[in-house]
Amino acid sequence: MTQAFDAAIQQRLLESRAESALALARRLGADACEVGASVDQGIGISVREGDVETVELSRDQGIAVTVYVGARKGSASSSDAGEASIRAVVEKAMAIACHTGEDPASGLADAELMAQALPDLDVHHPWALTTDRGIELALACEAAGRGVAGIRSSDGASLSSGEGVRVYANSHGFLGSQRGSRHSLSCMLIAENETGMQRDYDYTTARHPGDLQSPEVVGASAAKRTLRRLGGRRPATGRFPVLFDPTQASGLVGHLMGAVAGGALYRQASFLCDRLGDPLFPDWFSLGERPMEIGGMASSPFDNDGVQTRDNVFIDQGRLASYMLSAYSARRLGMQSTGNAGGARNLRIDAPLTAPEVLLERMGRGVLVTELMGQGVNGVTGDYSRGAAGFWVENGEIQYPVEEFTIAGNLESMFRGLMGVGSDTDTRGSIHTGSWLIDEMTVAGG
Amino acid sequence: MTSRQHLLLDDATDILLAPGGLGLDDLDAGLDHAMGAGIDYADLYFQRSWHEGWVLEDGEVKEASYNIDGGVGVRAMAGEKTGFAYSNQISGEALAETGRTASGIVRSGKRLASAPRILVGGEARYAGVDPLTGLSAEDKIAMLKEADRIARAADPLVSQVSASLTGVHEVVLVRASDGTLAADIRPLVRFNVSVIVVKNGRRERGSAGGGGRYPMSRLRDENVAERYAKEAVRQALVNLDAVEAPAGQMPVVLGPGWPGILLHEAVGHGLEGDFNRKGSSAFAGRIGQQVASRGVTVVDDATLADRRGSMSVDDEGTPGQCNTLIEDGVLTGYMQDKLNARLMGMAPTGNARRESFAHLPMPRMTNTYMRAGQDEPADILRSVKRGIYAVSFGGGQVDITSGKFVFSASEAYLIEDGCITVPVKGATLIGNGPEAMGRVSMIGHDLELDTGIGVCGKEGQGVPVGVGQPTLKLDELTVGGTQS
Repeated sequence: MTQAFDAAIQQRLLESRAESALALARRLGADACEVGASVDQGIGISVREGDVETVELSRDQGIAVTVYVGARKGSASSSDAGEASIRAVVEKAMAIACHTGEDPASGLADAELMAQALPDLDVHHPWALTTDRGIELALACEAAGRGVAGIRSSDGASLSSGEGVRVYANSHGFLGSQRGSRHSLSCMLIAENETGMQRDYDYTTARHPGDLQSPEVVGASAAKRTLRRLGGRRPATGRFPVLFDPTQASGLVGHLMGAVAGGALYRQASFLCDRLGDPLFPDWFSLGERPMEIGGMASSPFDNDGVQTRDNVFIDQGRLASYMLSAYSARRLGMQSTGNAGGARNLRIDAPLTAPEVLLERMGRGVLVTELMGQGVNGVTGDYSRGAAGFWVENGEIQYPVEEFTIAGNLESMFRGLMGVGSDTDTRGSIHTGSWLIDEMTVAGG
Repeated sequence: MTSRQHLLLDDATDILLAPGGLGLDDLDAGLDHAMGAGIDYADLYFQRSWHEGWVLEDGEVKEASYNIDGGVGVRAMAGEKTGFAYSNQISGEALAETGRTASGIVRSGKRLASAPRILVGGEARYAGVDPLTGLSAEDKIAMLKEADRIARAADPLVSQVSASLTGVHEVVLVRASDGTLAADIRPLVRFNVSVIVVKNGRRERGSAGGGGRYPMSRLRDENVAERYAKEAVRQALVNLDAVEAPAGQMPVVLGPGWPGILLHEAVGHGLEGDFNRKGSSAFAGRIGQQVASRGVTVVDDATLADRRGSMSVDDEGTPGQCNTLIEDGVLTGYMQDKLNARLMGMAPTGNARRESFAHLPMPRMTNTYMRAGQDEPADILRSVKRGIYAVSFGGGQVDITSGKFVFSASEAYLIEDGCITVPVKGATLIGNGPEAMGRVSMIGHDLELDTGIGVCGKEGQGVPVGVGQPTLKLDELTVGGTQS
């Protein structure tokens, strides 16, 4: 059960389709045009309680075209990238551009910003994985978790492996292609005792299959994470310091980036409007992106406008040093693109890192948050209120699991109250961070 | 069998099969590929959808988009095992290849034949129309501009207005080895307005919207641009005056309609068949038990006319139904697809849904609501000494195993001595599903359904859903404010 996938052939096919879409748009009267095309293929295997549950083979493709006629714009897309479909998509985009209003900020990014350097960032490592081998790995992962004393049952282990090609081209003559791969293995387990049932999971993900953690490590870790939740109590209501573990701290970085994104700023939908240069964090904290990092989970030499990516510093010694802008949002704000169409790539913290035990000691009495639930973050005001689960800490030591409580505050005061970043950096995603200790938030529990 | 089903089938066949040179008889051959050795059930799901979206910002419709999607998903099952493959080409070769791939999940056993096709009956829950064609592009733009004009005229504090109009025309055809043949045409439209108000440097957002399974022209005829523009401004202005929300356990009164998201999170997900078959739900094995206060009756109803979550037939071809989940506080049933129903020895309930042909179906909710009670909404508020009255929410989430659920208020007020006093900032409410449902102490007579904005996510798949409820009082829930 494997599908043939030759990334080089796919890339040439997508490039020629993108070029024919551009040529067609020009023939139909577009002043400018941009095309994104992609094809991805993968396999997803899930097992549960020692047996295969699902095997899914995926193959997705798509093409999206945006045309500009004067200051008007039209967009259309399709999951079918055949010749007839490309024609229909371009024609539809042109038809839409007859109706939309003029937008002086619209159009391609300036030609001189187009990426010139297009190095291979070593992000494509396909895995010649047979279904049988995938099943074996998922079963081994699950078995390692199920075998741990106290685990009642498995909610399943999954292995997925995929690769794809992405092409972006526009009528400046820019054409960028990138191949990429991602593989992951995860395990979810259920534990039960007289206090109730708990479920948790762990996972590993990487560009290169050789960089995945072993199935045994993932399964055992999932078991540990599940068992430690049993017997959760509700913490007292009050104001306490909160330590976000690395998986949750990366969410705080995400909220910051959402608030400095050009789209939120020009819509005035951010609590960080007009705050460039202001101190937001303590002066020992800096944050930036490394889009050209070799093998990075979000590495790319060009952004979704074709603009050359670069190492942006967003927080420099505590101050808001840069917004995160695409060509369009930059024009709306009277600024320059920062090469961030499509978001930030490989965010990295530059700060003195502290051992997690030392952060616990520094916290003294408070909550360690290992899970957050719900959408209670208001990007317009920075108000933050979310459901949480984790551990109660006294005298710098973990006492017992806590659950069914909320933590609330405002992102601005949380950022200002950052007391330390842990050395327990989670490097699995595109945001690398350790734990964050926040000086004080409102905990609502029992 | 009504002629409606035959007409739908003819339309679906023309749209989905004919372009690839296929007819209904070719689907039998397609199923044969999927019914490989050891496979006991297989189905083919054909889909094509056209999605259109228009967006207004700064008083101008600067952006519009159009998306065409479609293909066939082939599923082959053996006991608890499922093999799945899909293709965005609908052709004889694609059916052969995806069928063989899917059936590779098992490699030995008996080869079973498919049952002869039987066209599934069932009533129409909405008109099988293309919702995009009823309005011209000019009409659509005019509606959006109307929303902008009304929102700006409503209050001088309004600084930003964005509005969107979206529509989906979806055609599906299901052919399964148990003989099922079903077709459906599903329209879905939505209009949304979002505003930012600014006063003395303080910024707040308000938003409103709605829609359903009907033509876009109905949105214009019902004048939703004006209604949602005014509602978004009203909500934003309320939030400008909001004070810090309290923190801790207290009585909570939920307004009618969209706050029914409580039911979706606190009980709905926990009653989906897959979680109960696997024993991972806090409600597993509890049919016949009291899981909520007396007087609480919760249904999942796919049969409501023209609602966002309604389905004439589900994505396995089972007719949509109205299923009672909790009756007078007693758990009476789960929501099932064919796989989980078979493995649990139950009947499918018409709840099999999938985001698209490229996703596997699962048991999912449709329109989930609590039936009306007897209490006067004003009496419910009067009964609270100090608590929260929440009327609008941003979204929710549940951990079905521990039963913990959250939902985040976007418009809420403080209740003091039985009166609504001041608006409070958005806060997340957290509780435990079975416990919270046991704390429902008053149920209003004012059942309302939401305006048609819900999207439910499960295992990465989003599907449109509806919720509803009357005004409700929960004696105690944890409110996640900042004022401790």
